[in-house]
Amino acid sequence: MSTSPTNEEVKPDTPSTTQLSAKENEFIKAKSYLLTASTNTGMNLYDHLSKVLNRVLDERPNNVADIIEDISNDTKRSKFTSKADTVQDKVDKSTEVALAQLQKKLFSKGEGEEEEPQPDEEVETPLPNLMELSFYFEQAAIGLNREEVIRVWLALKNLVDNHPLQHVRFWGKILGTEQNYYVAEVEYREGDEEEEEEEENEEDTTEKDDAEEGEEETEEDDIPKPEFKSPALPPKEDNRTGVNKKTYFVCNEPGKPWVKLPAVNPTQVSVARKIKKFFTGRLDAPVVCYPPFTGNESNYLRAQIARISAGTHISPLGFYQFDEEEEEEEEGEARDHFVENLDFEGITVRELADPSLTNWVHHVQHILPQGRCSWWNPVQKSEDDFEDEDEEEEREEPDEPEPEVGPPLLTPIAEDDEVGGMSPWTPKLSSNIIPQYSIAVMHSNLWPGAHAFAFEKKFENIYIGYGHKYAQDNFSPVPPPAVQEEFPSGPEITEGEDPTPEEEAALRAAQQEAAEAAEEMEEAEEEEDEDEN
Amino acid sequence: MDGEGLHLNIDYVGSSGIILSPEQKAALQTSLIILQNENKFNTIYFWGKICGIKDDYYIAQGVGRNEFEGRKTFYSKDCIHWGLLPPATKAVRDQSRLAKGRFTGDPSYEYEHVETKKIGEGEDATEEEETIMIKEENRLTSVIADIDEDVRIVPRAAYVKTPTGNVISNRSFEGLSVSESAKLSSYLHFREAKLLLEKPLLDRANLDKALDFMDCIEEDIPRGSWSCQFERGSGLLTLRSLLWQGYTFFHVPGSRRFGSVYFGSGEKNLDLPFML
Repeated sequence: MSTSPTNEEVKPDTPSTTQLSAKENEFIKAKSYLLTASTNTGMNLYDHLSKVLNRVLDERPNNVADIIEDISNDTKRSKFTSKADTVQDKVDKSTEVALAQLQKKLFSKGEGEEEEPQPDEEVETPLPNLMELSFYFEQAAIGLNREEVIRVWLALKNLVDNHPLQHVRFWGKILGTEQNYYVAEVEYREGDEEEEEEEENEEDTTEKDDAEEGEEETEEDDIPKPEFKSPALPPKEDNRTGVNKKTYFVCNEPGKPWVKLPAVNPTQVSVARKIKKFFTGRLDAPVVCYPPFTGNESNYLRAQIARISAGTHISPLGFYQFDEEEEEEEEGEARDHFVENLDFEGITVRELADPSLTNWVHHVQHILPQGRCSWWNPVQKSEDDFEDEDEEEEREEPDEPEPEVGPPLLTPIAEDDEVGGMSPWTPKLSSNIIPQYSIAVMHSNLWPGAHAFAFEKKFENIYIGYGHKYAQDNFSPVPPPAVQEEFPSGPEITEGEDPTPEEEAALRAAQQEAAEAAEEMEEAEEEEDEDEN
Repeated sequence: MDGEGLHLNIDYVGSSGIILSPEQKAALQTSLIILQNENKFNTIYFWGKICGIKDDYYIAQGVGRNEFEGRKTFYSKDCIHWGLLPPATKAVRDQSRLAKGRFTGDPSYEYEHVETKKIGEGEDATEEEETIMIKEENRLTSVIADIDEDVRIVPRAAYVKTPTGNVISNRSFEGLSVSESAKLSSYLHFREAKLLLEKPLLDRANLDKALDFMDCIEEDIPRGSWSCQFERGSGLLTLRSLLWQGYTFFHVPGSRRFGSVYFGSGEKNLDLPFML
């Protein structure tokens, strides 16, 4: 290709009227070829090359030969974008901007707060010092971005401002397939929760009424009702006890509204133990699984939070102690209340990171197989029901079931079950190079993503993960129950064999004989009657 | 994730719970430079961390001029001293799949696997138990190779194949647009193409040979094994693999910044079909 003369031969094209030498002829042919516009883009190589060379000479980059393709590509690309914007001053409000505007509200001080400069220094705020805790976690390479933590912190502040809370904690983050959940663990001030619940309940009851009415209409026809009564399900534990001791709020993004999770019922916990599903990030998403899960993702999330808390919330030995007064009152019942030990001196980091694990205790109650923390006897209740209805009918009373017992509160984690032959917790120091200033960290092997740290008198638990329990073996779904037996087999319902033609013929012959005999008898009788007459 | 600028890039995956402590960041900054220099690598990558019961492995990889050739993998337990891992040959990888459970943190630990074999045919068959010992070091190298093969991804056009067959970073890559980055079809498996040649000719007709020389992740089985999320509105795209939980990829749309890292237990999620 004769590209070299392009730069030199910029003199005006000579009209072809005069005679041309063979060389000039060649040149004109080549140039007209280069000037041919492409049928696809309308560009021609001559203009393109001159632009590229112009640019190279303008910019004079190093190693031009290596990057000439890039420059050529770039030049082509720049041709497409028109410099004049037809839609002028169009503001593109992308999702990024929308979220930023939403989060901007977090950073503004509440109205009226500015007027009173720090009036409540003495009032204890339930808001935790999240940044400090996050700093400790960061030493152990656990946690979230600092900026993210700040946003969560501000969101928690927002939560505290809008609800009457006594205690707030950042529980952790659950990763979902579409969105993630930030979880806050709260305790209401005495009595305030009920008020809020009542408001919610009012709405609930109206909904229930509607549902009941609907049911009645459909049941106008006399449908035979099955006698089977499903065994009574363990009742929900009250707020502030057992699995519902704490209340949880979740949001998808700091700045978005916090949503209160419903209290968990024992059936949900026991079904959640049998399934393994990813969270989607939408609270109203259905949980499609077997055995069927009652409720939607918010219930499943709440059940998993309860299980994770029960399994992984740990504190240094001696930080909490049982209330001595209460101890005397209750006997036999598992103690479920503890108070902070004011005399707690702190355990040295070395002792906390000791592999014997004796210096850490669980401070959340163990959930029994039933799905409750305190055991509920299923038998006695059903007895009452049946006695009223049918006293005569003697039912086989199931034996008094053995109460399920779990480890008591504040049990050392050394007594936890092993996970597939390995220790359920991995203790670590945050630094091996400067152990004097390191902190003790515990990683859970049973719930990957659950961590705890302790340093002097501070400790905290956090969970960041998908919300699934670790199992060494593959998950296998619960098989469907065995096929039910229809009837006990007996002579009444066994099908007899059909008679053969011979048997039928024999029977017919026998019947005929009998009939004939009877006729003869009748005839004989008639004759006798006639004789008598 | 590129070793250069690691302390900045690691922040992009922080929202997935992946962070390094300041001490680790400082240690890696120092030791990766030395590692790159000693081995004369063109680029050094911080690959991630595999958590064990007692200790964790930090993994780094280095490559020469060609991204697909001569990739070397190193592991370290303290982020300072790096040891070369043996190459993951097919025999090693097949054997390592038999090992179950978590990593322990001791490279010389040996997993025991008992295989029952039938010898002879018909009635004479006798069962014989064979014990296979799998070294943790071998398992480590094969898990890394598996993860690289299954889930390591890059944005489309971030790498080009030169006429000589080398795969190099594309210097005219300007990042995906926001709408492009939300599509799984814009990401490619960073490995030699396995499925591309099986595609019908018609589908391949419009592909750019320099750019589309790898498999696209859109057709991964099962569908839904990638969780694609935007963070900060649309300022950051995060792709998490649900097959290898802990593998996280990030890309800032409209910029050259992208990378991926694996922080996990080194176990494949075989329960995935039940969990979706």
